[in-house]
Order: sequence, then structure tokens, then C-alpha cells
Amino acid sequence: MSEQTLSVRFFARLREELGTEHLTMPAPAGQTAADLLATLANRGGPWAQLNTGQPVMIAINQAMAKPQSPVQPDDEVAFFPPVTGG
Amino acid sequence: MSKNSSVCSQAVPSVSIQNADFDAAQEYAQLRDSGAGTGAIATFTGLVRDSGDRQGVTGLFLEHYPGMTEQVISDLIAQAGQRWDVRKARVIHRIGRLPLQSQIVFVGVCSAHRGDAFAACEFIMDALKTSAPFWKKELTDAGEHWVEQKASDVARTEGW
Repeated sequence: MSEQTLSVRFFARLREELGTEHLTMPAPAGQTAADLLATLANRGGPWAQLNTGQPVMIAINQAMAKPQSPVQPDDEVAFFPPVTGG
Repeated sequence: MSKNSSVCSQAVPSVSIQNADFDAAQEYAQLRDSGAGTGAIATFTGLVRDSGDRQGVTGLFLEHYPGMTEQVISDLIAQAGQRWDVRKARVIHRIGRLPLQSQIVFVGVCSAHRGDAFAACEFIMDALKTSAPFWKKELTDAGEHWVEQKASDVARTEGW
């Protein structure tokens, strides 16, 4: 049976510090954005900042979301620093 | 961009994210072409200046989240159209490497009256700064650093 997955994207300072622009991650039932962040933070090294460091903004399928928002198979989940355009 | 000269009581979402520079005079001319009910046009242009989080800034690098950026700004224009009389609106935001004094962002709003034009233009600009997924990196002779979000910018948006 093939595992269900979702897509994770990183931007700006997080993209640079994690050395990662895109990841595919498992999408277990009942997972929230916060759960996904915690899983990623467990990789250690620069990833630990996802749990303890500076604020991380979350988007699910290109709309702003909250840590408690559910993430589903095939979702595009993005994590990024507070935005600074304009 | 396509030119929409029809008179419209709702905001006409019109958003461009591009590396290329823009011609503010040409944008203004297109805003003027918004029907005889337009009595006021407010525009804002943001530029790359020589100091930000640090001194000696020589340029900026701007990154964005393609797709989401356009959607967020279109939503802001729609929100403005629900609160104020917005006959036409235009937002351009540049990305990539921009040298000192470059134009970064353009916001233009057509309304019947100046109060609505000023308010909608300022609201779109303030909300864009804190909700559209753009990130600025300041370039200096001593290196480069990501700009931090300002509490004052967040407070301005919350004030709307």
C-alpha cells in the first residue's frame, strides 16, 4: 500500500537555514500543522528552530492557517518567517 | 495586463508580481480610465532606500510565494471594495534584486471621493505589508540579512 503524502515548502530565511525548499512528508490521519512542525523539528540541527525559535507562519494550500489547522493528504503546506513585503 | 475600461461598482482585482520595473504614469493613465463616476485617484509608490534594519543598504532582494501572493492581494482589494467605494484598483509588486532607489510597489485606487481613495489605498498597502507572502533581504557592502517584521507595521494593519 502506498503511503499518503503531502508537500511541504519553505521560504526566505527558513528556506536558507534549513537548506530545503521542498519536501514530501507522510500525511497520517488527524495530523495538524503543529504536529507536522514538531515532526520536522525532531530532525534536529537547524530544524529544531521550527519548534522553539522565532515565529513561524503557516499556509495550507496557499491560504494562511493556524497551528491547530488539520493537514490532509496532497495538501501543500508552507512554513515561513513573518512577511516583510511592501 | 488587460485593460478594463468598464465602469464597475466593485473592485476589479488587478495584481502583477514582476521583476520588471513599472511606469507609474502609465498606471495612473489606466486608473483614470475608470468611468465618469471616478472623482479621486490615490496612488502610493514604495522605493528602495539606503537604510532599513541597518545602515548602508545598497539594494534589496525580494522573494515571494507564487500564487498565494496574488491571491492574498486580490482578497485585500476585494475587502477594500466592501468597505469603501473602489471603482478600480491596481497593485504591482516587484521581486528579485532591486538596486537603491528602485520602485518596489505600486498601489492605485479610484473612488468617487478622496476619503475612500485615500483609505482604500492605505489599507491595501498596510495589509499587504503584513499578510502578503513577500520577504525582503537587505544587501549591504558588509553582507546581507533578512528584514524582520516590524511591530509597528502589524499595529497599523490591526488598526484597520
